[in-house]
Amino acid sequence: MTYLAKPKLFRPDTPKNALGYTRRDYEGAISTLCAGCGHDSISAAIVQASFDLDIEPHRVAKLSGIGCSSKTTDYFLGNSHGFNSVHGRMPSVLTGAALANRDLIYMGVSGDGDSASIGIGQFAHAMRRGVNMTYIVENNGVYGLTKGQFSATADKGSKSKRGVINNDTPIDLVALALQLGATYVARSFSGDKEQLVPLIKGALRHHGAAFIDVLSPCVTFNNHAGSTKSYDYVREHNEAVNRIDVILPHDPISASYPPGSLRRVVQHDGSILLLRKLGADYDPSDRIEAMNHLHERHALGEIVTGLLYVDESAEDLHRHLNTVEKPLNQLRDAYLCPGSKALDALNASLR
Amino acid sequence: MSAMSNVTAIQRCNDFVVKFANVNGSGSASANELFARAIIRMGVTVTPRNIFPSNIQGLPTWYEMRISDAGWRGSRGSCDLMVAMNPQTWDRDIAEIEPGGYLFYDSTKPLPRSKFRDDITVLGVPLTEICNREYSDLRQRQLFKNVMYVGALTALLDMEMAAVEKLISDQYRGKDKLISANFNALKLGYEYAKANLPCPIGLRIEHADSVGDNIFVNGNDACGLGAVYGGATVAAWYPITPSTSVIEAFTSYCRKYRTDPDNGAARYAIVQAEDELASIGMVIGASWNGARAFTATSGPGISLMQEFFGLAYFAEIPAVIFDVQRGGPSTGIPTRTQQSDLLSCAYASHGDTKHVLLFPEDPYECFSLGAQAFDLAERLQTPVFVMLDLDIGMNERLCKPFDWDDQRRYDRGKVMSYEELEAGKDFGRYLDVDGDGIPYRTIPGTHPTRGAFFTRGTSRNAYAKYSEMGEDYVYNMERLRRKFDTAKTLVPTAILREASGPSRFGVIYYGSTSPAMDEAFADLEGRGIHVNTLRVRSFPFGEDVLDFIAGHEYVFVVEQNESAQMRTLLINEGEIDPKRLVRVLHYDGTPITARFIANKIADALDERKVSPIRKQVAS
Ligand SMILES: Cc1ncc(C[n+]2csc(CCOP(=O)(O)OP(=O)(O)O)c2C)c(N)n1
Ligand code: SF4
Ligand SMILES: [Mg+2]
Repeated sequence: MTYLAKPKLFRPDTPKNALGYTRRDYEGAISTLCAGCGHDSISAAIVQASFDLDIEPHRVAKLSGIGCSSKTTDYFLGNSHGFNSVHGRMPSVLTGAALANRDLIYMGVSGDGDSASIGIGQFAHAMRRGVNMTYIVENNGVYGLTKGQFSATADKGSKSKRGVINNDTPIDLVALALQLGATYVARSFSGDKEQLVPLIKGALRHHGAAFIDVLSPCVTFNNHAGSTKSYDYVREHNEAVNRIDVILPHDPISASYPPGSLRRVVQHDGSILLLRKLGADYDPSDRIEAMNHLHERHALGEIVTGLLYVDESAEDLHRHLNTVEKPLNQLRDAYLCPGSKALDALNASLR
Repeated sequence: MSAMSNVTAIQRCNDFVVKFANVNGSGSASANELFARAIIRMGVTVTPRNIFPSNIQGLPTWYEMRISDAGWRGSRGSCDLMVAMNPQTWDRDIAEIEPGGYLFYDSTKPLPRSKFRDDITVLGVPLTEICNREYSDLRQRQLFKNVMYVGALTALLDMEMAAVEKLISDQYRGKDKLISANFNALKLGYEYAKANLPCPIGLRIEHADSVGDNIFVNGNDACGLGAVYGGATVAAWYPITPSTSVIEAFTSYCRKYRTDPDNGAARYAIVQAEDELASIGMVIGASWNGARAFTATSGPGISLMQEFFGLAYFAEIPAVIFDVQRGGPSTGIPTRTQQSDLLSCAYASHGDTKHVLLFPEDPYECFSLGAQAFDLAERLQTPVFVMLDLDIGMNERLCKPFDWDDQRRYDRGKVMSYEELEAGKDFGRYLDVDGDGIPYRTIPGTHPTRGAFFTRGTSRNAYAKYSEMGEDYVYNMERLRRKFDTAKTLVPTAILREASGPSRFGVIYYGSTSPAMDEAFADLEGRGIHVNTLRVRSFPFGEDVLDFIAGHEYVFVVEQNESAQMRTLLINEGEIDPKRLVRVLHYDGTPITARFIANKIADALDERKVSPIRKQVAS
C-alpha cells in the first residue's frame, strides 16, 4: 500500500483552493496497489490538478475498465461518482454517461491492456466521436492485475520478468489518438509530476476528446532490465517537446519567460495553455507534424512526451448531435412525452 | 384463362390468401402494400407478411396477405391466389396454390402447358409487353409493371377502383405528376383485365366493417414510438435485421416530437455504435447517469452484450433492450422469424443473473409494453428486455389504436434527491431500506458532499464500499433475489381465456403467436375440444401463471423455437413436473399457423386417449 490511512485532521495552514477545499477533499479511498506503482503517482497528479482547477468534486464522473490502473478511480476524488465497468469497455460507458449529462466533467482511466488490447476498438471510436472527456491510459506495457503478461503496448524486443522476449509490434495509443481525431493529445510519465499535473489540467479544461498516455511503471512485473517501461528506461529515453502551464481565465499571468520561447493556446472555455518549447521547434497545432515527429523519434528509440497536439477549435459529440443545452437527464416528462393529442393524430395517419 | 379439369374453382368473399412472389429490389413492396391498404380501406381485415432474403437485390421475396372478414390475423399457410412474378421460384409457387385456386402471371412470354397445374384457374396479363409499349424508361417499366398488376387484381377481385385511386392520391399528395402516372398504370392493368379476363373471379372483396378504428402499423415502428413516449433520451445501436427499423422509427419520431421549437436542438441523442458491446455500454453509461436509454438488437447482438448485461444486473443499472428475434447465426434464415432468444436473455451473462422479459403480442403492445419497460427498468434498476420478433416487428399489422393517459408520470424509481441528501437521509447504495430488495440510487452530480458512490459489479457492501467478505456478498445476492420477487408483482400479468366448457387442459403461449392461437382456439372449440389458454406477457412469472399450470392436468406450451425455451423457463422457475408441460413447437422460420397449433393439440389429446373431451372428430 502506498498510502497510510490519513486521519481527517484539520490544520489551519492547509492550503485551500477558491472553493475552500483542501487537497484532502480530492482524495479517495486508500490505494491497494503495490508500493511504488506508477499508477498511484497518477492518482496524486489527478488530485493535484483537480485541486488547482477548483473543480467541484461532485461535478466529475470517473469511469474505468478493469485492471490495476482501472481500480485507481476509487483512490481519488472520493466525492465524485465512480464506475468500475468491464474490461476494455469504459469508453462506451463514458460515452453514454456523457450523452446523458453534458455538464459534468468525464474522466476515463484505463490501462494499456484495457485500452490497447481488449479495448482497442472502443478506444478508437470514442476518440473518433470527440467525446468530451479526459482519457488517461496508465501505460506499463503489461497486465498488472493478471500478473505480468505482455500488453499490446509492449515494445518489440522488450523482455518480460520471466525472460520472454516480445515479438509483436507495439500499438502506440498516442499515434492512434492523433490519427483518429482526438483534439488534445499528450504523453507523460508518472515519475514527472511537474509535467503531468499541467497536462491533466489542460485536458480537464479541454472541450473535446483529450487523451494522455502516461508511462506508469509496474514495479512488480515490469521494472527490470530489458523492460522498456521501467522507471530507469523511461527516464533515460524521455524527450519532452514542451512544458505547459495552465492559466485559468481569472488568473494573472505571473511567470516570466524568455521571449520567443512561449506559445499561447486559448481553449474553448477561455483557459490558456502556455507552452514552453524545449529543444527543436515543435508546433503542437499541426496534427501531421505531431505524427511525423512521434514516428521519427520513436525510430530513434526516444519516448516523446509533452503536449503533442491541441486543437483550439475542438468540437465535441454533443455539438455534432445538436443536443439541447440542458442535460438530457434533467428533461422533465412534459419535454419528452408528446401526449395523447399527438398520439390521436398519429393514429389517424395510420388508418 | 385456361379452364380447370376436375376441381371446382374456389368461391370466397373476404376470406382468402393472396401471395405475391417477387424479385427483391424490383419495387414490388410498395405496390403490394398499396393493394393491402386498399382492401383495408374497404373495411376488410388484411394481415400481410413479408418473407424476404437478407440481401438488397435479386433474390426472391414473397408477400403473403391473409384477408379475413372474421378478423383472423395469423398466417394461414398456402394460398388461394398466387401472383407469380418471379420465374426463379415458379415451380414452388405454383405448387403452393390450393386446389381450385388461382394463378396470376405475366403472360408476355408463352409458357408450355407443363408449367401449369390443371386444378387451378390461370389468369395471364402480358404485363411486360404492355409496359414496353407504354414506357421507354427502364426503371419506369419495372415500377409501373407492379402498379399495373394491382390494377388488374382490382378488377379481378371486384374491388373499387376509387378506393385504390384515393390511396394513391393520399400517398403522393402534392406530387401530381406521380399521381397521374400511377393512375395511368393502374388503369392499364384494370382495363386489360376487364376486357380479357373473367372479372370477377371466385375470390372477391366486398365492403365490410371488420377494421373499425384499428391502425395499420408494424411492431418496430411501435417500439420506436413507445421509446419516445416512454421518455427515452439516449439510444445506442448497431444495425441488424430485423431490429434496425426500431431505431429508424425512434429517430423519425424524435425529429417530429422532440425537436426544440425555438432553436431546432435535439431533446435526444442517438449514436450508431461500432458494435453491440458499445451500444449496450452506452446505454448503461447513460442510464447510470440518469437518462432513460435503450438499444434495439437481435440474437447475435444479444450474444455480444452478455458481459454487460451481467454488469448492469449486479451494478443495478436500468436498461431497456428491444430484442427483435430471428433465426440462428449468420445470414439467410436469420431474416426469418423465431422466438429463440428467451433463455439467452432470461439468464444472460455470468454469475447468477436473471432478467425481466416482456412479450408483446402485436404493435399495440410493442408501444405500450415498450413505454412501460422504461418505468420497470428504473423502478427495478435492472435491464428489461422487450422480446418481439420479426413477424410482428417488420410486418404491418392491424391493431388497437395507441393510447396514452396524460395524467401518467414516469416512474423514475428510487432516486435520492438533493433535498433528501441535504436533510441527512442515510444513503447506502445497496441497502434494502424498504424490504422489497430495491435499493436507492443517486445520480452523479446531485450533491457536493453526499451521495457519491463507487459503482462496481460485485465485491461491495451495502454502502458500496469495497468488500470481498462472504456475508456482504450473500446479503447482496439475497436482496437481489427479493428484488426479483418484487419484479413478479410489477410486470404485466398474464391473460386468461376460458374455454366454453370445462377443461383439464391448458395452453400457454406468448408474443407473436397470439393471432394463430386465437384462431386455433376457435377452431378447437368448433371441433368440440375445450382448452383454457393463458397468454404470458412477462418473465419472471407471477402467481397467475403458476396457478394456471397447477389448475390443469396438462398444459401445452406453444412456441416458435426448437428447444422449448418457455417450457424450460416454466419448469425451472416454477419447479413444475416436465411431464405436465407438452411441447408445441414451430420453428421453420415461417410464422406459426392456427392449423399447426390446432392439429398438434388435437393429435396430442388423441394420443393421450382423452377422447371424452372431444365431442366430435375433426374432419
Ligand atoms: C473479459 C475479461 N477478460 C479478462 C479479464 C482479466 N483481466 C483483468 S485486468 C486484465 C488486464 C489489465 O491490464 P491493464 O489494463 O494494462 O491494467 P494494469 O493492471 O496493467 O494497470 C485482465 C486481462 C477480465 N477482467 N475481463
Ligand atoms: S501489479 Fe503492477 S500495476 Fe498492479 S499495482 Fe502492482 S505495480 Fe501496479
Ligand atoms: Mg497495464
